[in-house]
Amino acid sequence: MTSISVPDHPPLTASSSDLFALTKPRVMSLVVFTGLCGLLAAPVAVNPVLGFAAVLCIALGAGAAGALNQWYEADLDLAMKRTANRPLPAGRMSRQTALHFGVGLSVFSVVLMDVAANHLAAAILALSILFYVLVYTVWLKRRTAQNIVIGGAAGAFPPVIGWAAATGDLSTMPLLLFAIIFLWTPPHFWALSLFVKSDYANAGIPMLPVVAGVTTTRRHILLYTLPMIAAALAPWAMGLAGWLYGFASIALNAMFLLLALAVLANRAIEPAAMKPEKRLFAFSILYLFMLFGALVADRWLVA
Amino acid sequence: MTRQDPGSEQDLVRKRQRDRARLMALLLGAFVVLMFAITIAKMSINR
Repeated sequence: MTSISVPDHPPLTASSSDLFALTKPRVMSLVVFTGLCGLLAAPVAVNPVLGFAAVLCIALGAGAAGALNQWYEADLDLAMKRTANRPLPAGRMSRQTALHFGVGLSVFSVVLMDVAANHLAAAILALSILFYVLVYTVWLKRRTAQNIVIGGAAGAFPPVIGWAAATGDLSTMPLLLFAIIFLWTPPHFWALSLFVKSDYANAGIPMLPVVAGVTTTRRHILLYTLPMIAAALAPWAMGLAGWLYGFASIALNAMFLLLALAVLANRAIEPAAMKPEKRLFAFSILYLFMLFGALVADRWLVA
Repeated sequence: MTRQDPGSEQDLVRKRQRDRARLMALLLGAFVVLMFAITIAKMSINR
């Protein structure tokens, strides 16, 4: 664990923009999108107002989890270039404000989800926030190189919540959507951690490249890409999605596999020479957007 | 963070409090509208 301490002199009232930054809006966009896709892929018609409220709750829940993550990790954020300018490490907000904001937003999002959708969706939303904060942030992240593997479950909940909000129950399809994001998370984050390895090492976070080296990490990226591909093809192979999803899934997964193989073939140690890793990281974001987009398009345009 | 003189710091605190109060008012208004819309939607489903 790092010994760097967070400045403890933020006397000013936190600004609205810093409160917004505390919710990790960029991460939230992917969470909202996958949650919306889970809701739209469900085989029922959802009232637009209730659908909007459910997606809003997913966004607020994700924002709350992000705020609590930043509250707990302010010392780590200060040690990394990428995160040093966040409101807490930069000293623009007190930790107490962040804690109150995160807890308040968590409770609000879960209660509103219960009112707007159903108990199941609210319960999974609560579980996802607790999982991200307690299991990933507090327990795993500083302790094990498997932090991303198990912690990836936290980011895999949104489509399940969306589906549960629409239907009130769970079935094979939302579990497959969960599996896709769960298995996608390690290659996505390990590609990133390869070229920002020194940042993680400085902060004392035991990411795989720091603990096991770049070669092992590159092998693990491919190792997790294979079951991810199987999970991504499963909805089509099992007849739960149509040809449009099947076509998109085959094309996107073929591309993902090629990029993962390029990462495996790369021998570079310096971040500047890690173009395949940067390409895989960038493509992995596009991959998830397009795969889930194809699922919704398949449900609404083809089915 | 560098310390400013007390007068300007006080002004900055007041400005931020005003901004947040305005935002909170907007959010509360949006919340009331949302709750109203949710109620109407639930009533129409249960009808």
